[in-house]
Amino acid sequence: MPEAEVKKGRNKDSVANTLIVAVSLSLIASILVATAAIFLQPVQKKNEELFRQKIILDVAGLYAPGVDVSELFSGIETRMVDLATGEYSDEAAASEFDAIAAAKDPDTGISIPPKTDIANIRQRARLAPVYQVRDGGEVTQIILPIYGTGLWSTMFGFLSLDPDGTTILGLRFYEHAETPGLGDQIDKPDWRAQWAGKQVFAGDDQPRIEVIRGFVDENSAAAIHQVDGISGATLTGRGVTNLVQYWTGPHGFGPYLSRLRTEGSGDD
Amino acid sequence: MTDGSRKILIDPLVDNNPVTLQVLGICSALAVTTSLLPALLMCIAMISVATLANGTISSIRRFIPNNIRIIVQMTIIASFVILVDQILRAYAFEISKQLSVFVGLIITNCIILGRAEAFAMKNSPGMSMLDGLGNGLGYSLILIIVATFRELFGAGTLLGHKILPLVSDGGWYHANGLMLLPPSAFFIIGLLIWAIRSWKPKQVEKPEFQIHEVHRTEVL
Repeated sequence: MPEAEVKKGRNKDSVANTLIVAVSLSLIASILVATAAIFLQPVQKKNEELFRQKIILDVAGLYAPGVDVSELFSGIETRMVDLATGEYSDEAAASEFDAIAAAKDPDTGISIPPKTDIANIRQRARLAPVYQVRDGGEVTQIILPIYGTGLWSTMFGFLSLDPDGTTILGLRFYEHAETPGLGDQIDKPDWRAQWAGKQVFAGDDQPRIEVIRGFVDENSAAAIHQVDGISGATLTGRGVTNLVQYWTGPHGFGPYLSRLRTEGSGDD
Repeated sequence: MTDGSRKILIDPLVDNNPVTLQVLGICSALAVTTSLLPALLMCIAMISVATLANGTISSIRRFIPNNIRIIVQMTIIASFVILVDQILRAYAFEISKQLSVFVGLIITNCIILGRAEAFAMKNSPGMSMLDGLGNGLGYSLILIIVATFRELFGAGTLLGHKILPLVSDGGWYHANGLMLLPPSAFFIIGLLIWAIRSWKPKQVEKPEFQIHEVHRTEVL
């Protein structure tokens, strides 16, 4: 040990000093990180809300760089739907609805029976928001929030359907942590573009839409329900298939969509 | 500025560049360089973390017990990285989304821990911050060069502005899709290393061993 340190009466390698440094450093570091997180949270929340609105506008095909997102979004009507019945509900305010928090709360969420839980999310909220895009009073698109498990992460996105709830107009994910360069190709515009015009159903309530392996054979009868797979991202693609089928299926928005098919998107 | 401190700041740019000479920090150099804007933001994050972490570690270096020094360094680096990440999420939300995990992964960037352990533990805070700044700038220089090439030839744009009109928009330039994939960053960094070592032959490493050439007479 260097003589100078012994003279000062301090041994930096002693057990006591090790503990003191470790504890005080952790304390200072956690205070620093916690303070930053708390002070910046309101700004981050606002950003996330704006981003979500932007994605909804983008799925609806209304977004262009430079538009005022909040103003444009105010033209989209948000309504809560009771998933079990498919009826509109006024139980929760759509603007403050957090699907994940509601799913975990026993009062507002239900657990999904393992057999029907193809999206692998275990529980979901009883209610879910739907976004109605109107053009001169007439509903032109219905946008549904969807999420489910991919290869690594829960993927969150929006699915846009035509007003009778059968033809897909657009699909876009806004949060996921799939493999960069492989699974994250689900964000690529040319892959997303394939979804437009695909049919979810084939005459009954069972969703047929799927991401297949390889390329869709345009001549096959099933092509209208199929989307090209992404090479190197088979499991992410399967995750997308599962979550789209879950949310358009009987346990997801199925009852609501079947009501749309028979009654239209009106109030009753 | 004295000669010594100038050397600390300037050396990591070319003569002792962390990416091209030491070949560190390659992972993030591949991941965030598909376009220039995220690369620039990554550079700012990297420079601030390297400078702050080096300064902090150096100023408490006399108190850091030897047996937990790496953990102490990691804790300090991680705190600064989270701080930078939080600030980016608040004020540069969309780009921080593109950077995704890579800001967080600065924690494991060998350049930062390497400078903390090799330099900040043995030098004064001022010099250490200068060293962090220099290494951050050296990393940034390479990132910016790689990102410029990749965005320009991969998408025909720079910072989102059209430079080369694409065929798909009625122009003449065929976008090179390879440039947008990670391997292209390897090629560009490899070519850069080649260029720098031709310019400064001192950087060329001696071969660790030579494969013995077998002559026909020896076989017989």
